[in-house]
Amino acid sequence: MPAVKEIQEKMRARAGELLRDGGVSMALGWKRGEFCHDPEPAFFESEAELDNFVYDGFSSPLLSKYLIETIRKDKQKGEGKGSKFLVFLKPCDSYGLNLLLKEHRVERERVYAVGVGCPGMLDVDKIRAAGVKNMRSFDETETEVTIHASSGDKTLARRDILLEKCLVCKGPEFAVQDEVLAPGLPSFEGGDRFAGVTELESMSPEERFSFWRNELSRCIRCNACRNACPVCSCNKCVFDNPQSGVQAKSNADSFEENMFHIVRAFHVAGRCSDCGECSRVCPQKIPLHLLNRKFIKDINAFYGAFQAGADAEARAPLTNYEFGDVEPGAVVKRGGGA
Amino acid sequence: MLLKLSLDKTGGLFTEMARDRTLYLPVKRGGQADFAPWTPEAEVCLDYLNTARSIKDFFLPQTENIAAFKREGKKITITPTHEEPSPFVVFGARACDVRSLDVLDRVFLSDPVDTFYKAQRENGVIVSMACAEPEETCFCNAFGIDAAEPRGDVVTWIAGNFLYWEAKTPAGEALTGKLETLMSEADSSDLKEIEEQGKAARAAFKELPLGKLSLEGWSGDDLLGKFTSPLWEKMSKSCLGCGTCTYVCPTCQCYDIQDFDTGHGIARFRCWDSCMYSDFTLMAHGNPRKSQLERFRQRFMHKLVYYPANNDGMYSCVGCGRCVAKCPISMNIAKVIKALGGNANA
Ligand code: SF4
Ligand code: SF4
Ligand code: SF4
Ligand code: SF4
Repeated sequence: MPAVKEIQEKMRARAGELLRDGGVSMALGWKRGEFCHDPEPAFFESEAELDNFVYDGFSSPLLSKYLIETIRKDKQKGEGKGSKFLVFLKPCDSYGLNLLLKEHRVERERVYAVGVGCPGMLDVDKIRAAGVKNMRSFDETETEVTIHASSGDKTLARRDILLEKCLVCKGPEFAVQDEVLAPGLPSFEGGDRFAGVTELESMSPEERFSFWRNELSRCIRCNACRNACPVCSCNKCVFDNPQSGVQAKSNADSFEENMFHIVRAFHVAGRCSDCGECSRVCPQKIPLHLLNRKFIKDINAFYGAFQAGADAEARAPLTNYEFGDVEPGAVVKRGGGA
Repeated sequence: MLLKLSLDKTGGLFTEMARDRTLYLPVKRGGQADFAPWTPEAEVCLDYLNTARSIKDFFLPQTENIAAFKREGKKITITPTHEEPSPFVVFGARACDVRSLDVLDRVFLSDPVDTFYKAQRENGVIVSMACAEPEETCFCNAFGIDAAEPRGDVVTWIAGNFLYWEAKTPAGEALTGKLETLMSEADSSDLKEIEEQGKAARAAFKELPLGKLSLEGWSGDDLLGKFTSPLWEKMSKSCLGCGTCTYVCPTCQCYDIQDFDTGHGIARFRCWDSCMYSDFTLMAHGNPRKSQLERFRQRFMHKLVYYPANNDGMYSCVGCGRCVAKCPISMNIAKVIKALGGNANA
């Protein structure tokens, strides 16, 4: 099993090769930041720039959505017709790319997708909560992370400091790829991703309502959840349109943000791949994944197990119609409705 | 006069402060510290330096309900709906946040004075708290802010098992007057402890990743040079345009006035806006900044060039590090300062 560092070097070398003579005009990866734990999505145009390339346990931001802008800008320039863009995809991001392909937001022939094994991404807040101050560097394996910090060295079990989304990983397979580097990293799949939903379902409607009112009351409406989401890819979001009458910023009443999240959850229903970006990026730590997973759980129950982004062609349950489809009355049978 | 109070007695202090006004202080919410009104049940956390949101909330709230319009036939009635200001205390503001009020004051208290903001300023008493040890993301020192000696109406320190308290302004004296019986006078050994702690805090900045950040090369004078830099294109590329950085920032001050059709009238709001958004400064012909590159550049040009140009060289960033901690893709002002600044950061 290759160490994470080795995967990074493989990726760097492969990106160099492809940029040099592989017909790829740009490589989407991550570059080193100001700290040891904040790699930033980066767009490498030459081999020389790859010096800063980094892939490690903090390369959490997903890259697939950047393809929309990258290709759009390339077309605007009118240059490099037909040139391809290399994108490094972790398994969870490969579902995102499939959704972008399916919804015609990205053209398959413009993308060279390289799947990279993922060791499970780390949550810096969990590391801080474990008493680490001012992280300077770290060493990682698939099971352990040793942190060197001003508060001293500390070794933590990887599982204990993973992002929530990685605790319920969909597994090491890639939904779409042109080649795979370092496949088969043991992921931490197997967690019950619906446990939180089940818990909410067991509450009374009043309790559930106040749970969400409380969680969403912290929302500052920064839109990070929406902007990071691979399927929130509308050219103009209704909440950015001053003509729509539902404009975001005024928070005309205390239900405004709640409404935003309800609308967003409905709009990504059947399209959300449960990549976990929205919860990861939320500065207010709102558990948005619970909202999305409720929809996923219901879709699975009504239409059979379904994974959005598993392929780029098949019709999804909510955009398809079959005679056997569930009737609205199902809501009443389950105890919902008035 | 330096007063002191045992840390296990702070509950009494908060009760007293909250008796005749709202007391905002850092409370645990959603696993992190945020300012919230104090209640006896609140999980007060004074060990966090940076709350998720800043004290800007109390002076320039995210949303203010300004007026209601109602039409009856040809008559339009306009009713002011802004909440009456009432006295409040902000307890536990850090040095960076206190300085951020200087930045906001210059905008909202110069002619034409923003009366809503002014009323909040007049009603608010700031009880600041010194930082004993900076956070990883802090760089207030780059802006000449002393984390160990904040300003404020009252300044507090936590050292050992005590909270130390010193009034600095008439408003601070007045508040202290109501609380004096709860506290005792500190002596010279207490003072020494605070000083030692301050020295250690200042020294700790040198060890921080951003502790040596220099603003060399950033001023109101080099407008065109900065504006036309080819680096903006590269730096803005990963930006999601989400606006998180602007909303968590204590000095981001842009707002919008919005009219909302309630179905039976119009409600007028003032609300935060973000230069990162596509409908920012929207005019009849559209947004003057059409690309994310231009919007991204605006945020940093405003903080590091335009604002200093109009305000005697004062930057409109206080190095609180919130944007550093919260940007989903780890882009931030420190990177911009380094990339486009002088050589001192090399
Ligand atoms: S990222 Fe969090 S705070 Fe920002 S809009 Fe989404 S839910 Fe609200
Ligand atoms: S809604 Fe959240 S989990 Fe679902 S695809 Fe979007 S970012 Fe990913
Ligand atoms: S710099 Fe970061 S926080 Fe600010 S708008 Fe861009 S992505 Fe969002
Ligand atoms: S720009 Fe960033 S560091 Fe500066 S004051 Fe705003 S949030 Fe704090």
